[in-house]
Amino acid sequence: MENAPLKRTPLFDTHTALGARIVEFGGWEMPVFYSGIAQEHQASREAAGLFDISHMGEFLFDGPDAFEFLNRMLTNDLAKLEPDQGQYSLLCQDNGGVIDDLYAYRLGQDRYLLIVNASRLEVDWMWLKAQRNTRHKSLQLEMIDRSHELSAMALQGPKAVGIIAGVFPAAVELRKNQIAELDFDSAATWVSRTGYTGEDGFELVVPNEHATALWDKLMSLGQALGLLPAGLGSRDTLRIEAGYSLYGHELTPETTPIEAALGWAVALDKPNFVGNKMLAAQKQDGVSRRCIAFKMTGKSAPPREHYKIFSTDDTSREIGEVTSGTQSPSLGCGIGLGYVESAYAKASTDIEIEIRNRRFPAEVVKRPIYRKPS
Amino acid sequence: MSDIPTDLNYASSHEWVSVEGDTAIIGISDHAQEELTELVFIELPEIGRELTAGDPCAVVESVKTASDIYAPVSGQVIETNDALDTEPGTVNEDPYGDGWFFKVRLTDSSELDDLLSPEDYAEQVNT
Repeated sequence: MENAPLKRTPLFDTHTALGARIVEFGGWEMPVFYSGIAQEHQASREAAGLFDISHMGEFLFDGPDAFEFLNRMLTNDLAKLEPDQGQYSLLCQDNGGVIDDLYAYRLGQDRYLLIVNASRLEVDWMWLKAQRNTRHKSLQLEMIDRSHELSAMALQGPKAVGIIAGVFPAAVELRKNQIAELDFDSAATWVSRTGYTGEDGFELVVPNEHATALWDKLMSLGQALGLLPAGLGSRDTLRIEAGYSLYGHELTPETTPIEAALGWAVALDKPNFVGNKMLAAQKQDGVSRRCIAFKMTGKSAPPREHYKIFSTDDTSREIGEVTSGTQSPSLGCGIGLGYVESAYAKASTDIEIEIRNRRFPAEVVKRPIYRKPS
Repeated sequence: MSDIPTDLNYASSHEWVSVEGDTAIIGISDHAQEELTELVFIELPEIGRELTAGDPCAVVESVKTASDIYAPVSGQVIETNDALDTEPGTVNEDPYGDGWFFKVRLTDSSELDDLLSPEDYAEQVNT
């Protein structure tokens, strides 16, 4: 990557005042934790956590052909979206390799919002611009990158709805994946019932100049309910427990959504889209490797990215690699995601993870890896 | 400010050493446990293993990362703190007491002269 100076979100000073430990992530200086990863994780599962996600990108597509263009770019089917509804989707190359995973929202008849990963923002924008200017020159739409003017935060956890009610009473009525444009101090704010933790919660997109006021308001409303500011550390442990992919780990230009077990976000029944031929072939013929979720079954150190995965049958050979791993704060054992040969991808398959030259037993499990007892 | 007891010596890689006769007790500093954050797993060297100063000899894991711990002095491992097996967080709570890692029989006590004094270690940590 280029040696550009690290970027800071409008909430940077708020984080340092809260005593956050700051790390580099995707070209940004971001809080990794405030009080501790485990506490923030637990708060998000049992009360609520507030995450700064302002580093993420926001692209707007406006015009009579916005639907047509985006539905050719993305794997999921935008036609399934009601107005003010969003869906998880992927941006792929012609060969099916993943450029990014994202959330696509339909804001009005001809208006769409994409929320993309910070680390892929420039790549996504250049790809979409190039597609627009070559294959889709005649389409009528405007593309606007609003990432630099907008901040975002995620309020996650069972108490999130009680907290958001104090700022956006209308948000309480949102159903999962719905989005609304609501007022905060006269600033248009997008509030969606979405998240990356496996909990109920909201994601809020607000103009930069209002970010601190909104953060402080949510923090003060949430204090009595156990809300904690939460950093990227717990964001990662929460999403691994939920079994969600992270770009650069489970998803890369060398992996496809089918291999990544994201076939549910690939609408092969819609008209042509970038990557559809390869993805349809993979869906029909099968893939040689698949992304799995797994849990360590005995006492061991936590699994980590790049650790090797072995089979436990007679062959006892290397069958894949860990792409994300951690100690699960909720389960108290090692958990992870990784790629294995497809024959070993079924739930309940016994596998082994190699940790510092020794192998430890693990088991392929269904997603989510952690499910709250109900 | 992290705690740096004045009756111990330190390695620049953040281990502390306490000497009783020809035995050295080894752990990690308060500064190290703070930097590592809450520990969830600790792998100690096997009893009987011969360590050379500077060898990676233990691994500590936080939720986020695995980090090596280096032998501050050479010697044979004669005892390990097995309580850390079930309570790794003891290192965060009491790094100089119940959070000790292992004991070695010193091979070469002159190596102790290479360790940092509490004052020198404080200077390293605070600059």
